[in-house]
Amino acid sequence: MQLAIAILLDGLSFASYLFIVSVGLTIVFGVMKILNVAHGSFYAWGAYLSAYLITLFSDMGYPNWFGFLLIPVATVVVGLVLSVIIERLVLRRMYHQDEVLIVLATFGLFLISEDLLLLVFGVNPYFAYQPMAALGNVRLGGISRDVYSMTLSALALIVAVACWWGLTRTRWGKLISVVIHDREIGLAMGLNVGMIYLAIFVIGAMLGALGGAYIAPTISVSPGFGIDVIVLSFAVVVIGGMGSIPGALIGAVMVGVLRAMAVHLMPELELFVVFAVMAIVLIVRPEGLFAPAKARTI
Amino acid sequence: MNRMPALRVKDLCKSFAGITAARNINVEAGAGEIIGIIGANGAGKTVFVNMITGYLKPTSGTIEFFGKDITGIEPRDAAHVGVCRSFQVSQVFMSMTVRENLAIALAIARDDGRAMLKAPGRPEIRAEGERLMRQFTIFEHRDAVAGALSQGVRKLLDIAMAVVSNPKVLLLDEPTAGVSVEEKFAIMDIVIVAMKEKGATVLFVEHDMEIVERYVDRVLAFYQGEVICDAPPAEALKDPAVIEYVIGSGRAPTPTAAAGSPSHA
Amino acid sequence: MLDILKTDKTIRWAALAFLALALSGLVIDAWILNNLMFGLARGLAVLGLLVLWRTGLISFGHALYFGIGAYTVALLDTFAGVTDLVLRLGVAVAASAAIGFLLGFILRKYRGIFFAMLSLAFSMVLYGILVKIEALGSTDGFSVSATTIFGWKPETKFPLFCAIVATAVVAIVCVQFYLRTTLGHLTTAIRDNELRVEYLGYSVAKAIHIKYVISAALTGAAGAMLATALGQVDPDSMVNWTISGELVFITIMAGPGNVVAPFIGGIVFEFLRTYAFEWAPQAWQLIVGGALLAIIFFLPRGIWSIFEKLMARIKGSQG
Repeated sequence: MQLAIAILLDGLSFASYLFIVSVGLTIVFGVMKILNVAHGSFYAWGAYLSAYLITLFSDMGYPNWFGFLLIPVATVVVGLVLSVIIERLVLRRMYHQDEVLIVLATFGLFLISEDLLLLVFGVNPYFAYQPMAALGNVRLGGISRDVYSMTLSALALIVAVACWWGLTRTRWGKLISVVIHDREIGLAMGLNVGMIYLAIFVIGAMLGALGGAYIAPTISVSPGFGIDVIVLSFAVVVIGGMGSIPGALIGAVMVGVLRAMAVHLMPELELFVVFAVMAIVLIVRPEGLFAPAKARTI
Repeated sequence: MNRMPALRVKDLCKSFAGITAARNINVEAGAGEIIGIIGANGAGKTVFVNMITGYLKPTSGTIEFFGKDITGIEPRDAAHVGVCRSFQVSQVFMSMTVRENLAIALAIARDDGRAMLKAPGRPEIRAEGERLMRQFTIFEHRDAVAGALSQGVRKLLDIAMAVVSNPKVLLLDEPTAGVSVEEKFAIMDIVIVAMKEKGATVLFVEHDMEIVERYVDRVLAFYQGEVICDAPPAEALKDPAVIEYVIGSGRAPTPTAAAGSPSHA
Repeated sequence: MLDILKTDKTIRWAALAFLALALSGLVIDAWILNNLMFGLARGLAVLGLLVLWRTGLISFGHALYFGIGAYTVALLDTFAGVTDLVLRLGVAVAASAAIGFLLGFILRKYRGIFFAMLSLAFSMVLYGILVKIEALGSTDGFSVSATTIFGWKPETKFPLFCAIVATAVVAIVCVQFYLRTTLGHLTTAIRDNELRVEYLGYSVAKAIHIKYVISAALTGAAGAMLATALGQVDPDSMVNWTISGELVFITIMAGPGNVVAPFIGGIVFEFLRTYAFEWAPQAWQLIVGGALLAIIFFLPRGIWSIFEKLMARIKGSQG
C-alpha cells in the first residue's frame, strides 16, 4: 500500500513537471510545425536563472518564501528574451524549410545555449532549496512528502486549464486554430501569421522556462541536465501526439507513472520503459494517442 | 478463337466513409481498343483509373486482365502485369534530367532480380531511352532537369515513363490537362501512334470533346460514380444524358466548346 | 560485377589519397594518427547516414548502431577475450546489420520527422538498457584491450590505422558501387517521387529497407573501429541522443555530394574538437552548434561543395 502511494505520488509530481515542460513543446509544434530541441534550453535557462536568483536573494537575507516571487520573474525573463532572439534570428529564416532540417537548426541552438549557460553561471551546481523549505513536509499514508512537489501538480493543472481555455474560449485561440488548420487561409484572412508564430513561440518558451524555474528548488542545477529533459519531453509529446495538448497531458501521466513504477520496482528499467513506450506508440499509432488521424498523402 | 478482353471490370464499387465514388461499373475493353473516359469533375473517372492500377482497393467487384484476376493488387504489381498509367499532375523525378528519368524507368522495367545491381546508364538502356525520347519528341530536352520543363514536355515524359515496360493496358489521366491548345493534338498523336504500334489498349480521361471525337473507338461517360453511357463517340456525344450531365446542355461538341472547356486548371 | 566502377574517377582518386594517407601514418605524430583514426571511424558512420540522407531520410538514432558496434567489441573482449580485429569488425557489422534488418521492417514505412523520432526512440531504448544495467557496464562502460590482427600483436598503432584506412576504402568502393547501380539510383528517385517508383514496378519500402541495412552495417563498423581505437566504450559518448545528433551534424557538414566527403567531415570534426579543447575548452558545443547553423544557412551542400567549386574553377581556367 505504501509502495502504491509512493509510486502514485512520485509519478504524479514527475508527470506534472513533464507536462509543464512538454506542453510548450507541443503547442509550438502544433502551430509552427517545429520540433524544437532548443526547448531544452528554455528549460535549462529557466532553472539556472531561478536557482541563481533564489540563492542570491536568500544570501541577502530575504525569507525563504521570497523565492516564489522570483520563479515567475525567471520564467518571464527567460521566456521573453531567449525566444524572441531565437525566433527572429534563426527560425524566421527557416519556416519554408524541411521539418527535419529545422530540428537540426534547433539542435545547433541547443548546443550553443549549453555552453553559454556554463559561461554565464559557471560549472558549479546551484542548490536553491529555500522555497521548498518554506512549505515544509506533510505525512501522507505513512510517507513523508514535501509539499512543494505537490504544488507542482497544482501548477500543472493551472497550466492545463489555461491552455485549454486560451485555445478554445478566446478570440485569440480561435485565430490560432485557423492558422494551425491552414496557414494559407490564415494569410488570406489577413491574419498576421508572423506575429502569431512569434507569440506562440514566446508562450511555448515561457512554459519551458516555467518548468525549469519551478523544478529548480527540488534538484541540483548543474551543467548538462537539459539533455535528459528534452529527450523525455520528446517522448511525452510523441506518445500523446505531436501538437495535441490533451495528448501531452496523457503522455506526461503515462511517462511519469511508468517511470515511478520502474524506479520503485525495477530500477534497471527506468529509462527503458519510457522509450519502449515511445517506440511502441510510434509503431502502432504514429500520429500519437491523441492526434486526429490524418489521411495518408501517398 | 474466342478473344479474351484485355480488361474486364465487373460490378466495381468504391465508397469512402459512406460516400459512393463508384457504383456497379461494368466495362470490357478489347486488345488494342482506344477508349475515352469523360465526365464532370468528381464523376469518378480518376477513382476508376486508380482502382484499375491498384492505387485504390475496390470496395467490391472484380477487375480481370486477360482473364487473370488483378483486383486490389499493388501498383507495382500492376506495372509488372502490364497495366500502367500516367498522372493528371505529371509524376516524374523532378531533380533528374529527362535522360536519367527514362534510364531509371527502363532499368526498373527490365528488372529480373539481378538487373537492379547493374548501372542504369548501360548501353542497351541508353539506346532504348533514346528511341523513346525521339518517339515522344523530347530528345532535344534530354539533358534538361525535369523540374525545369514546360508542362507539355513534362507530360510527354510522364507518359513515356508509363510505357517503358510495354504495357498491354495503358491508362492516361487527363493527358492534355494543363497543356496549351496547340500542344494537345501533338501529344495525343504521339501517344496513340506509339500505342497502336504495340497493339496496346488505351483508356484516357479527357475533358476536351474534340480530342475524344478524333481519337477514340469508344466513349465511357461517368456521372456520379456510374457509367451512364458506353458507346462509339458519334453515338455517345449525341446521347441526351451525356449532353446534360457531361458536356453541359447547350454546348455541343464543337471546336469552340472544346477550346473553352475548363481543363486548363 | 564491379565493372560499373572501372571508369569511376572518385574511386581512383580516393584510392590514391587513402594510400598516401596510410603511408603518412609512418611519419606523423601519434596524436595526429589518433585523430585520423577517430575521424575515419566516424566517417564510416557518416557514410551510413549519407546513404539514407540521399533519400531525404535523417535518422536521429544512429547512435543505436554506433553503440551496437562499439558494445559488440567491448562485450566480445570482456566476456570472450576476443581481440582479433577482423573478428571484432565482422561480428559488429553482422550484429548491426541484423538489428537494422529487423527494425527496417518497421522503419521503412516512416518518413520525415516520424522516421527521425522512431529512430531516436529505438536508440534511446538501447541507451536506457546500457546505462542502468550493471552487467552491461552501466554508465562507466568497459575498457577495450588492444587489438590483435590474425594473432599478431602490433607494437604501434600504425597497423590499426592501416586497417581503418583499408576499411574506409572498402566502404567507399562498396557504397559507390551501390549508388551507381539502379538500386542506388533509386535513392534520388524515391526522394523525388515515391509514387512514380511504385508505378514503375519497384517497392519503395524494399529499396529503403536495403538502404537502411547498409546504413546500419556501416555505422556498426564505425562503432567497432572507434571502440578499438579509443580502447574504451561508454553509453554517454557512444549511444546517447547527442551522439546521434553529432553524427548528423558531421553528415550535414560533409555534404551529400560525394562518398569521400564523410571521411573528410569526420577528420575535420576530430581536429576541430582537439583544437577547441586546447584553446577554448568550454566552448566546444558552442562551436559545433554555431558551425551547424552556419552550414545550414550558408553552405547547404556542406564542405564538399567547396571542393566542387574549386575543381570547377581549376577546370575552367584550364579550358
